[in-house]
Amino acid sequence: MNFTAPDFLPAIGEMFTLGMICVVMLAYLFFDKQNRGITYFLTQITLLGAAVIAIALYSHPTEITFDGSFILDPESLLLKIFILLSSVFVLMYSRPYIRDNEIAHGEFYLLILFSVLGMQVLVSAYSFLTLYLGLEVFSLPLYAMIALRHNRPVCQEAAMKYFIMGAIASGFLLYGMSLIYGACASLNIQEIVSMMSLSVNSQPMMLTVGLVFIAAGALFKLGVAPFHMWVPDVYEGAPNAMTLFIATAPKLAGFALLMRLLVEAMPALFPQWHYLLIAVAVLSMAIGNIIAIAQDNIKRMLAYSSIANMGYMLLGVIAGTPRGYGSAMFYIIMYVVMSLGAFGIITLLSRKGFELEKIDDFKGLNTRNPWLALMMLLIMFSMAGVPPSVGFFAKVGVLESLVQADIVWLPALALVFAIIGAYYYLRVVKVMYFDEPLEKTPIIVESFDAQLAISINGLAVFFLGIFPTAMIELCQKAFLV
Amino acid sequence: MFTDVPLLSLIIWVPIIGGIVCMFAGDDRKATRARCIALFTAFINLLLCVPLYLGFDKTTANMQFVENVDWIAKFGVHYQLGVDGISILMVILSTITTFLVVIASWRPIKKNVAQYMAAFLIMQGMMVGVFESLDAILFYVFWEGMLIPMYLCIGMWGGARRTYASIKFFLYTFLGSALMLIALLYLRTKTTDFNILSFYPLKLTMTEQVTIFIAFLLAFAVKIPMWPVHTWLPDAHTEAPAGGSVVLAALMLKMGIYGILRFSMPITPDASQHLSGLMIVLSLIAIVYIAVVAVGQTDMKRLIAYSSVAHMGFTTLACFVVYKIVAKTGDLHDAYLTLEGGMVQMLSHAFSTGAMFLGVGILYERLHSREINAFGGVAHKMPMFAAFFMLFALANVGLPGTSGFVGEFLIILGSFKASYVITLFAATTLVFSATYTLWMYKRVFFGPVVAQGVENMHDLEMPEYTVLFILAFLVIFIGVYPNALLSVFHTSIGHLLELSTTSKL
Repeated sequence: MNFTAPDFLPAIGEMFTLGMICVVMLAYLFFDKQNRGITYFLTQITLLGAAVIAIALYSHPTEITFDGSFILDPESLLLKIFILLSSVFVLMYSRPYIRDNEIAHGEFYLLILFSVLGMQVLVSAYSFLTLYLGLEVFSLPLYAMIALRHNRPVCQEAAMKYFIMGAIASGFLLYGMSLIYGACASLNIQEIVSMMSLSVNSQPMMLTVGLVFIAAGALFKLGVAPFHMWVPDVYEGAPNAMTLFIATAPKLAGFALLMRLLVEAMPALFPQWHYLLIAVAVLSMAIGNIIAIAQDNIKRMLAYSSIANMGYMLLGVIAGTPRGYGSAMFYIIMYVVMSLGAFGIITLLSRKGFELEKIDDFKGLNTRNPWLALMMLLIMFSMAGVPPSVGFFAKVGVLESLVQADIVWLPALALVFAIIGAYYYLRVVKVMYFDEPLEKTPIIVESFDAQLAISINGLAVFFLGIFPTAMIELCQKAFLV
Repeated sequence: MFTDVPLLSLIIWVPIIGGIVCMFAGDDRKATRARCIALFTAFINLLLCVPLYLGFDKTTANMQFVENVDWIAKFGVHYQLGVDGISILMVILSTITTFLVVIASWRPIKKNVAQYMAAFLIMQGMMVGVFESLDAILFYVFWEGMLIPMYLCIGMWGGARRTYASIKFFLYTFLGSALMLIALLYLRTKTTDFNILSFYPLKLTMTEQVTIFIAFLLAFAVKIPMWPVHTWLPDAHTEAPAGGSVVLAALMLKMGIYGILRFSMPITPDASQHLSGLMIVLSLIAIVYIAVVAVGQTDMKRLIAYSSVAHMGFTTLACFVVYKIVAKTGDLHDAYLTLEGGMVQMLSHAFSTGAMFLGVGILYERLHSREINAFGGVAHKMPMFAAFFMLFALANVGLPGTSGFVGEFLIILGSFKASYVITLFAATTLVFSATYTLWMYKRVFFGPVVAQGVENMHDLEMPEYTVLFILAFLVIFIGVYPNALLSVFHTSIGHLLELSTTSKL
């Protein structure tokens, strides 16, 4: 029996993160007392380093390694780059918050690193085993992270809820995987594809049931209706900095999970998951946009908005063409950029002992800090899909791919929901610009890196709207065969 | 001569960049700086229109000053600009209007001046973009993007019910435009890119045409606005600051008509022909019913807003009565007249209604009321202003010698060829508009001075005087020498008519 060492190069980013996690842990234990910033900076270096590695690997040809269970392709690299960069921004936004609220910062940074490691593995996973492994590595730190503010019962409740619901979703996923394994006798996505095209006629029931369970698990992670109940509660209950993280990078990982499981592993079952996703997308857009109108809590409102946005993203997947997948990826990456900015501002505005939660807390922001108000304005209009922001092109991309696939009624319906949705984004703008402030004191963002981060973030939403070409091309290329 | 300078791009981007600079000009302590930047930008933009006009070739219907750069190659979207005889006038109209609005807002706006000026300059750039775009997606981007500054403008500097009015305005227009996007995406599947001109020769079945026509119509009818989707307009107009009302009336409503001329008629000629009866009925309802509603208004701005709807009904009538005329007479000559009348009516309405909104703004600044009953005898205290306002009121009524006459006359003349009934209803506007305009004028300007506030009113100041003088000049100039306009768009209208009356089935 021959033993050949697998090619480790595709996984070099994950190995780097893992190695650096040990370094950060040690540095936190031994040097943090003398030099409080060291954990933070090492964490940022880890994330940036891993991002650089991902960028460097970008020209590498697609390669499958570790006995077919790990893939290096443009899709995974692009997602990794954005997972890592968005986490960098998350840390920049949340640093003052962590310090002011005396949250154990070392633990927070380490949990984020572990979670990011899990996502890195997940987006590159090419067998059910690695997918599940990545999923658990990225989910478990999130549960712990929410509970970090142990003096607030609401956080404990959110953590508990998230954990139990997450566990159920994992259970669904595992059960579905076991059924597919039963029908295809493999966990490897490559082999599943070829086996399934053979067994799709002999075992239709077993495969369909397996598909439904797998889809339920993956859709749960994305937080779309009807698996959305945890989203508003967790967003609301988690401390703002943690909500910021939960609302961004995990969406990208969830997208990868969905793409690998449904699109790449089960093309033979396209008719089945096509209609399943149509129902889910319509339901998400409806529930997300309509219930968001009734929210007074900005975090709950953005939670429903995220449900709706995931619905729009699914439209690209529904189109079932490489163009649609590319548009869906563009959509979700841009959603993460916007969501990062919105929750970033919420985190920045939360002070010691003051959690910004109500929409009314934004009252008169234009007089108190015009720059932050302008950034929030750009992000809100972008989420509503008003040009010339990037949100518009994200929506046009998915709608266009649907129209190209000869589905015209769905984009029309989606736009109707987008108009309903515009109302609550407008409301935030209204509160910031039209209402008188409750307090007259100007708000000053003290930390320079947070100010820089929000400026880059807000302007990115605007400039990517004017020059979206490069980003669209990158996303489209990831799915060209 | 001017072909190597991207003139059209400059006219779009100079005000937008000027607006961004203006935004950072500082807070209200440095208001004058913001005002000067805005005036300077608007003036430069006005100057840019001179080479545009001089370099424009009136003898061809082709797009001129064309610029074409790849934008999103993957989707077939280009940054493609160009003007023909129809759009060049709209471009010049927008630059003039913004210039006047900047001067007119010099004193009345005291809060967040920098942001106010920035909003108007950015809006200006986007509106010009709408008129210049030859790419459907670019058109849509400007068309929708413009809502943002307008929304902020109504909401931040508006009257008491500004929040309601601004959100209503935004959602209404956003709703209208949504289906247009789907129609554009659908048209794209039939051709290779989003070039509007490449949509013209497309063969479409009747069902497709009717569906696309209705999708377009929703977008344009809300903007124009046509009955029954006009209800946002009185609210938006009434609550918006004077400058906002002027831009709404003078430019934003015109975008709807422009859309009909640029999209609906040439892309779906058979559906336009098929549904022209319905469109004419809707236009007549706007002309007659809305005019009656206007008579009953007690708020001056609301009254002028309703009168706008009625006047715009006239232009939509001009667009669609064309099909009846062609069907009846079989040649394009009378249709030509009518459509040209519609164009003149549209431009004239921009000046006369814009001026009246400014006038109400001037009154509001002095008395802080828009109620007709709060005034009375203003002519005693502000004779100069009363004279100007009389002129604009008469232009609104359509008195010969003012710009209002030319358009209405041409449209009524043309529609005789289609049907006497249509003409009869359309001509009632002459009575109704005289009723509400002159009655309002009488109650505000004549009679004894009763209110204490009116006693203390002072006549026009320099900026106000300048603005009204320019507008008065334009109103009379177009009224006396309409050929100045007609000659510019004559060829393009001819080309448009040809496209719009050739079946594509």
